[in-house]
Amino acid sequence: MVVRVTDVVCPFCGTLCDDLECDISDDGKKILEIYNACAIGAEKFMHSQSDDRLVLPRMRQEDGTWKSISYEEAVEFTAQMLTNAVKPLMYGWSSTNCEAQSMGSKVGELCGAQMDNTATVCHGSTLIAIQDAGVPSCTLGEIKNRADFVIFWGCNPAHAHPRHMSRYSIFPRGFFTGKGHKGRTFVVVDPRHTDTASLTDYHLPVEQGRDYELLSALRVVFHGEGDRLPEVVAGIPKETIIEVGEKMKAARFGCIFFGMGVTQSISKNHNIDMAINVTRDLNEFSKWSIMPMRGHYNVTGSGEVWGWQYGYPFCIDLSRGYARYNPGESSSNDLIERGELDAVFVLGSDPGAHFPFSAVKKMNKLPCVCVDPHITPTTVVADLHVPVAFVGVEVGGCAYRMDSVPIETHKVVDPPEGVLTDEEFLEKVYERMKEIKGV
Amino acid sequence: MEYIVKNGFVVDPVLGADCEKMDIAVRDGKIVDDAGPNAKVIDASGMLVMAGGVDIHSHSAGPKVNVGRNFRPEDKGNHPEFTRPRSGVKKMEAGFSVPTAYSSGYIFSRMGYGFATEAAMPPLYAKHTHEEMRDTPIIDEAALPVFGNNWFVLDYLKNHEIDNTASYIAWLLRVTKGYGIKCVNPGGTEAWAWGMNCITPKDPVPFFDITPEEIIKGLIEANEYLKLPHSMHLHSNSLGEPGNYQITIDSLKCAEGIKPAGDFNRDQVLHHTHLQFHCYGGDSYSSKSFESRSREVMDYINSVDNITFDIGQITLDETTTMTADGPFEYHLSHMNHLKWVNKDVELETAAGVVPFIYNPNSFIGVAQWAIGLELGLLAKDPMKCYVTTDAPNAGPVHRYPRVIKWLMSSKARDDILDACKYGESVRSQCYISELSDRELTLMDIAKMTRAGSAKALGLSHMFGSLKPGMEGDVSVYPINPVEDLGDPDKIEYAFGNAKYFIKSGELIIDNGEFVSNGNKRTFWVSHPMQLTDQVERDISERFKKYYTVTRNNYGVKEHHYVPNPYVIEVGA
Ligand code: SF4
Repeated sequence: MVVRVTDVVCPFCGTLCDDLECDISDDGKKILEIYNACAIGAEKFMHSQSDDRLVLPRMRQEDGTWKSISYEEAVEFTAQMLTNAVKPLMYGWSSTNCEAQSMGSKVGELCGAQMDNTATVCHGSTLIAIQDAGVPSCTLGEIKNRADFVIFWGCNPAHAHPRHMSRYSIFPRGFFTGKGHKGRTFVVVDPRHTDTASLTDYHLPVEQGRDYELLSALRVVFHGEGDRLPEVVAGIPKETIIEVGEKMKAARFGCIFFGMGVTQSISKNHNIDMAINVTRDLNEFSKWSIMPMRGHYNVTGSGEVWGWQYGYPFCIDLSRGYARYNPGESSSNDLIERGELDAVFVLGSDPGAHFPFSAVKKMNKLPCVCVDPHITPTTVVADLHVPVAFVGVEVGGCAYRMDSVPIETHKVVDPPEGVLTDEEFLEKVYERMKEIKGV
Repeated sequence: MEYIVKNGFVVDPVLGADCEKMDIAVRDGKIVDDAGPNAKVIDASGMLVMAGGVDIHSHSAGPKVNVGRNFRPEDKGNHPEFTRPRSGVKKMEAGFSVPTAYSSGYIFSRMGYGFATEAAMPPLYAKHTHEEMRDTPIIDEAALPVFGNNWFVLDYLKNHEIDNTASYIAWLLRVTKGYGIKCVNPGGTEAWAWGMNCITPKDPVPFFDITPEEIIKGLIEANEYLKLPHSMHLHSNSLGEPGNYQITIDSLKCAEGIKPAGDFNRDQVLHHTHLQFHCYGGDSYSSKSFESRSREVMDYINSVDNITFDIGQITLDETTTMTADGPFEYHLSHMNHLKWVNKDVELETAAGVVPFIYNPNSFIGVAQWAIGLELGLLAKDPMKCYVTTDAPNAGPVHRYPRVIKWLMSSKARDDILDACKYGESVRSQCYISELSDRELTLMDIAKMTRAGSAKALGLSHMFGSLKPGMEGDVSVYPINPVEDLGDPDKIEYAFGNAKYFIKSGELIIDNGEFVSNGNKRTFWVSHPMQLTDQVERDISERFKKYYTVTRNNYGVKEHHYVPNPYVIEVGA
């Protein structure tokens, strides 16, 4: 008999949809069907069922081939590597649960690691801007229930967060938004003609890298000085800027969602600083919020956990027995490029695919352990690849949505026999490191 | 393990011990009459011994607290003396005004506190709050969910449906593992979702057709209907506004005629928090206008027996303000033009966070400082008045010892007024100079930090005294109460540096050193009232239509978030 499991949480993107339903076989081992998920979310569940799934750790051999080893051997290698390292990096933490993140902190404290998460290459600049300017924001339900004006700036949710627009931001009808899509003014700011942009009332194709200027121009409009703008700013005609700016002022409740188009283009955190100040200005006229489109389903959680444990959301240096923070110095790529590291441990992310090639080449020369259910570009440069259970599919645990709302993911099916979870693997490493260190 | 704390000067209002030389025995987590022969002896000769402190209102866990940490690296970097490396069993610490969860447990322990109340938990973020409390070592904690702007509550109270309100509250306490009813800027925070506010208790809440006054009264009634351990816990409208004292008195009057119900031995039906921010006269912050109205508010509180309050003492530090009073934080950000975080939470509440400096060289900072102390000095019954700094809003939590010093020493207060530029204006526009002969005793302090606050929380059967049968929380402070009280700095040092601290029968601080991370518990209240048909229907509809999480994914499961629960069963 097929069993239908409801309220399943999708462990893929920061939208963290929690209304999925799964049909599973009655032995509780096989997922047969996924409902409500988008294509990428469904694929994540289905991928856990693939036949070529790794169920044992594998160690790279001298000749470049891989040899399967036991989890005990994997624990031993990892514990030795981290204990012997002077300056190990423990990177990732964005595609795992808060329980594993907390266990990772224990390991990191014991070896004085450099702890960093994927924000370092995506919304780290946002975190820095928030340290400079704050952030007026809200939960996604506030958008659903109140927003009559929504802007996507430098992001393409139709592809990266496929259910965002239908669950929260553009299409749903909420308490004060009974007309749904029809009651919302929808703007996309993006040099690209994306699928998201094709749905809008206004698409502002800002010139690549000139977001700061466009944001500043909007502030000029808010301050009643729109007439004095040049004819064209950042590729957008003055009239359009004034028209959109005036509409923003007149909105009842608006929100700017922004993505890596602004965080990782030229100006970086200064773009976000300006976008935050645009939002702040708008609160003089009506109610406005701004929110980063966080990518991994629990990158937000990693920043939260470290926040309450160390006081900083990323780029944390634990080498002196207390937490230090200095992005640019204690950020992963800077550490790698300067050649300061002597070991790399990766869990819940794929720097092999996302770090600059020069950094990946350097990682390749360092002892490197990668914990990941999948074979990824990172596992290609690792010495040891430890496959683990899928969080949100084969083990539950807390995750934080892009608006920092905590949602507990669920176990839907059993992991393959003998496969450890992130948390279990880290705990074994921790216990072994304590033995080695005699503490 | 068994302990006997020998030869200390015990101050305990419940025992009636006022610097009496007594031995205190602890066994199996509780205070007992006599220790056995194997008890470890703790020599408290010449030192002060009290029950563990009980904090009724501070913010140390949850989403806005974590915003405060993450968006203020300078709160660590500018205060290297508050960054302490790990050592022995103790984990690393950091943070001046918003300490990390680890720090928080150690700070409370150093002050000899065994219990702390996180005073505002957004229900949607209950999991987050519990994750932080779980990682806060040693001390027992409880969190108060916020109700004063919750759509269910607004709808039920609009029609004065106390049974439906109560049914919803009982459910929410169960699913969020909450402890009691918090109400912040009733109606005003919902109005803030549209950029508006409710200034007085009579201002209607946009769309919901209800007033703050009806919300306050209704929540008090629902609280007594449910007979909860703690009373309704109120932060009233117009916090921090010049001239707000009448709004405060009008809000307090909502409790008139209501008597406490239930088995938890509290006398109040309304606890008003951080009262200092609510006792202002004048019509602006200018030194020509602003004045204290603490006496007017205290005249009312001293005349009734069903209200308690805590001070919310300004400590003249740089700190991080954070509150569910969204419009207030926006307003504050316009005063200092520093960074501003706002977070509106669907169907429930909002929060704001703004760094702030209470400048001892400004008139307003020192006037606020004076007003807080006036409240403590004017309170006729110290069992109804509690030491807090609304941490970190009016000052960091580690300043409690400094507040105690100011309350106990007229000289310490004069030192501040003499040193600051506007001392004379403050003396003339506040009541502080009229109170210069008032100095609180250790007995008063024990009431304001332990016996009274434990009673107001409905926990007088567990905390606040060293009577046999109570929880084994014992603080030994390095001060001789017979010889040393003339030196205010010794008072401050002692209350911040417990020489020994026993928590739930376990030695945590031994001769100034941490020797254990304790066995922290999370307190929550389980009430048997089930959902009425109406509330069941409403919850099911609203989760489908308006929340962005499903009903089944909303609650807090115990295993991970509350690994060591202490459940208070009401009516069991
Ligand atoms: S939008 Fe994101 S969280 Fe939702 S189903 Fe798709 S991948 Fe999963």
